[in-house]
Amino acid sequence: MSLYYVQKLIYNLNRDPSLVERFKIDIDSVLAEYELTEEELSAISKPDIGLLYVLGVNGQLLMHYAALWEFEWDDYIQAMKDGIEEHGEVRAGMYVRTGGGYL
Amino acid sequence: MSLVFAGVCSHAPGITGRAERADPALRDGLYKNFGRMRASIEKSGAEALVVIAAEHFANFFMDNMPAFCMGMADHYDGPIEDEEWLGIKRQRIPGNPDLAERLITNIMQDVDLAYAQEWKFDHGIMVPLHFLTPRYDLDVIPVNINCQGPPLTPLHRVWAFGKALRKACDAAPEKIAIVGTGGVSHWPATPDSGKINETWDRDFLQKWADNRKEDLLAYTDDQTYAESGQGGFEIRTFIAIAAACEGNIGQIWFYAPIPIFAVGCTIATMQVS
Repeated sequence: MSLYYVQKLIYNLNRDPSLVERFKIDIDSVLAEYELTEEELSAISKPDIGLLYVLGVNGQLLMHYAALWEFEWDDYIQAMKDGIEEHGEVRAGMYVRTGGGYL
Repeated sequence: MSLVFAGVCSHAPGITGRAERADPALRDGLYKNFGRMRASIEKSGAEALVVIAAEHFANFFMDNMPAFCMGMADHYDGPIEDEEWLGIKRQRIPGNPDLAERLITNIMQDVDLAYAQEWKFDHGIMVPLHFLTPRYDLDVIPVNINCQGPPLTPLHRVWAFGKALRKACDAAPEKIAIVGTGGVSHWPATPDSGKINETWDRDFLQKWADNRKEDLLAYTDDQTYAESGQGGFEIRTFIAIAAACEGNIGQIWFYAPIPIFAVGCTIATMQVS
């Protein structure tokens, strides 16, 4: 589990447009710079927003990663719900689901 | 006495990014009170605006997370987010490094404070500025309190910071406005986005408006998390303002849960005497 580096990658992508360009052209070379598990690599590459949510990625980072892949807001929310259905409850962090919500 | 205005406001990205999806009456009420706050800041003659924010991993990460940080740059750029996503065009915002250095130097006498000469504003600052300084012609000095990456800044240290900020402002000849920006209860960017605990919000806001220090500092993070979500940790920004205005009371100008904005939207001010 290297949630820290998953989040660090997204943090860096949010801050650095040139990294985003490199990420889009050669994602593997960017991912090689981070200590990530196979599950994390898959979730980032696919992208599987729902699995990233379940892995514990902070929503304040994840919503921007979803936007990078052009998820509309409602689709982002749904992807997290689908992630719980498919992969189970959030495994780490403080962005667990508590029930309720708008959609 | 150089503190001329103090207030708090919401900063949720949906306020600008999903504006068209909100109940028009509630949205317009919020916008109207943002406008009222802008007019009050302008009327105060403020020469600089200190924004006490709860940023969301735009500049600070768990590789080196300060409890408090204050900007000391000549200028700032924002939003860091996609312009269309946030509904705010990228801007260059003027800073005031001279005033910031004096404030930081003074605050450091009482509170350990990091400083930054580089800072990219996220929605936590850009949404308030979009309404409060729409021409981006007022010097801005950002402050961040760690409300995101636990261990979070303790509330009693937030109070100490607010007091130190007030002392520093009072030692400066410039007229200074301070605005704290954060949520009350909310579960942002989760499947629960839009969930709002209005009862909790109104209770907190009453304690804030009454400036009841003991009650404000009695909140625990476990309790806040359970009852007001991850976003509730941002009450730190409101508490810093209460501390800066200790002995004064506040007035809630606007409060309404707006689910598509994912927060109980709030505009309030506090006397600064």
